[in-house]
Amino acid sequence: MTTRHDTAASPVKGGAAPGRPPGGNTSAEADHKRRAKLSRRWQRDMRWSPYAFVSPFFLLFLAFGLFPLIYTGWASLHTVELTAPTDMKWTGFDNYTRIFDDEFFWNAAKNTLWIGIISTVPQLLMAMGLAHILNYKLRGSTFYRVVMLAPYATSIAAASLVFVLLFGRDYGMINWALDLVGLDKIDWQNGSWASKFAVSTIVIWRWTGYNALIYLAAMQAIPQDLYESAALDGASRWRQFIHVTLPSLRPTILFTVVVSTIGASQVFGEPLLFDANKGASGGSQHQFQTLGLYLYEQGWVNQHLGRASAIAWAMFLILIVIGIINAVISRRLRASS
Amino acid sequence: MTTTMTKPPADAAPEPSRRGRRRSKAARAGGTLHAGPIAYIILALFTIGSLFPLVWSAIAASRDNQRLAQTPPPFWFGGNLFDKLEIAWKDANLGEAFLNTTIVAGISSLTIVFLSTIAGFAFAKLRFRGRNALMLIVIGTMMVPPQLSIIPLYQLVAKLDWSDQLQAVILPSLVNAFGVFFMRQYLLQALPDEVIEAARVDGASSWRVVWHVVFPAARPAMAVLGMLMFVQSWNDFLWPFLVLTQNGSPTVQVALAGLGRGYTPDQSLIMAGALLGTLPLLLVFAIFGKQIVGGIMQGAVKG
Repeated sequence: MTTRHDTAASPVKGGAAPGRPPGGNTSAEADHKRRAKLSRRWQRDMRWSPYAFVSPFFLLFLAFGLFPLIYTGWASLHTVELTAPTDMKWTGFDNYTRIFDDEFFWNAAKNTLWIGIISTVPQLLMAMGLAHILNYKLRGSTFYRVVMLAPYATSIAAASLVFVLLFGRDYGMINWALDLVGLDKIDWQNGSWASKFAVSTIVIWRWTGYNALIYLAAMQAIPQDLYESAALDGASRWRQFIHVTLPSLRPTILFTVVVSTIGASQVFGEPLLFDANKGASGGSQHQFQTLGLYLYEQGWVNQHLGRASAIAWAMFLILIVIGIINAVISRRLRASS
Repeated sequence: MTTTMTKPPADAAPEPSRRGRRRSKAARAGGTLHAGPIAYIILALFTIGSLFPLVWSAIAASRDNQRLAQTPPPFWFGGNLFDKLEIAWKDANLGEAFLNTTIVAGISSLTIVFLSTIAGFAFAKLRFRGRNALMLIVIGTMMVPPQLSIIPLYQLVAKLDWSDQLQAVILPSLVNAFGVFFMRQYLLQALPDEVIEAARVDGASSWRVVWHVVFPAARPAMAVLGMLMFVQSWNDFLWPFLVLTQNGSPTVQVALAGLGRGYTPDQSLIMAGALLGTLPLLLVFAIFGKQIVGGIMQGAVKG
């Protein structure tokens, strides 16, 4: 095996292969030429095929990722109407001043932030607890894991439609249950906080199980002897969780926080379909209009694609700022530990 | 939670823990403890919470609309389920929507799996200049929100006259950094270098290595990635909602949104549609749940 490997790895130097009986002079020369040609092809293959393998991804990304991203910035400096999306008139930064002067932009930004917090924090905390439980030796553990993924298999559209009914003011099951335990009914559509909470519930329902599985995978990768030595030191289960599990999960937690943050900045389908008035304003008082919904309203209801592009870029900049804050915090955390 | 069961029951039935087992407080290693009754109670609550909205959509779909406008809400099935499913199927154009979504999700997930496998292989096992920088770009693209590109893509679709054409949905969905990352992670540990070298020694070109070595080795991960991508594509909402219309060639999600945002006052019909749109994926999860769970967890480690 090793000898064959040597000769094949350097076919240029080798001349005739050792296994083959040495022939006449001319045939050896032809053989040599053929091998040199083969080795050139071989070298070309070794050199360029990696690029061939990764190029489809990058070509697609250039065409449908990077180019649109930059072009959105370009379009945001123009007036573009939905009815004639290819007809662009230069306006400079007008679109940006327009949206920054619009109270509904800031309202949508605030709503996105709050819905992001209300949906992400409980979701990840519950996912952590759930993962901790799933990490025990359980009967039917696969059953629970699959069941936790059922909401993930449910689309935003289907989930939102069901929750609209559950959160109904007059006949919804949630208000019925509140009434049953003697609490007041809540107007989940029109209440400022109630509606944000309801929209967040849809997000939490769909993603908790998925994140629990991600935490569970990371927990299972923690070496057992860390726990054993902690137990030998007399650490309680809770202290083991705080001092062994959580630090080991830090990269995974950061990963889920980043992914959830991006997801939270994108929330669109849930508030769109939650609105009983079937508009894109996120409720009659814009009480649960997110930035994604505001972008859609400006672009596809009010038909100002240029302004919508400006919103998209503003969102991108906000995300970058959040990303930088995230990176700084995680570096601090790493430095302190 | 400090109590632990010392004797693990042999059967793997998904039922709550039986009481009366001998317990010990000798808490040792964290990951291998047996769950106590509280853990099972919490799990039961999560199970109910996860499944209840789905079950209830079936209950609501089986009732007529008047019944849904009464308190208390119905808790058990009525007799209209199949009628309602049939009406929803016709009203929401679900037949065509299923066909369209199957085409879109099928083409998109197969292509993503193929492209991700060859790219993931190159990143995991081949040496080339700029490899690490390119991999960083791949990871970076995961951070770019899709909303940033919808406006130029919409302009493009308008220019090419592609609205209500399925390729308008398929093509942008093919950009998938997660797939590349996922396959790279898998091939790093699942494909020994020696196997590739042995194929090289036999004179195999890179394409033959991909075909005869990488694809067979990557098959389990390819299957999982394919299912994840199928689910994602099936449930994709924003972009199809913008370029497809309910009466043109909708995907299932577009049809459902049309049902919900239309002016049908019949809530049970909407529930029937939501149920129909979800059933195929629930079926996939019921059959391949174990593999999908494994795939998600595999993709998560070092994620």
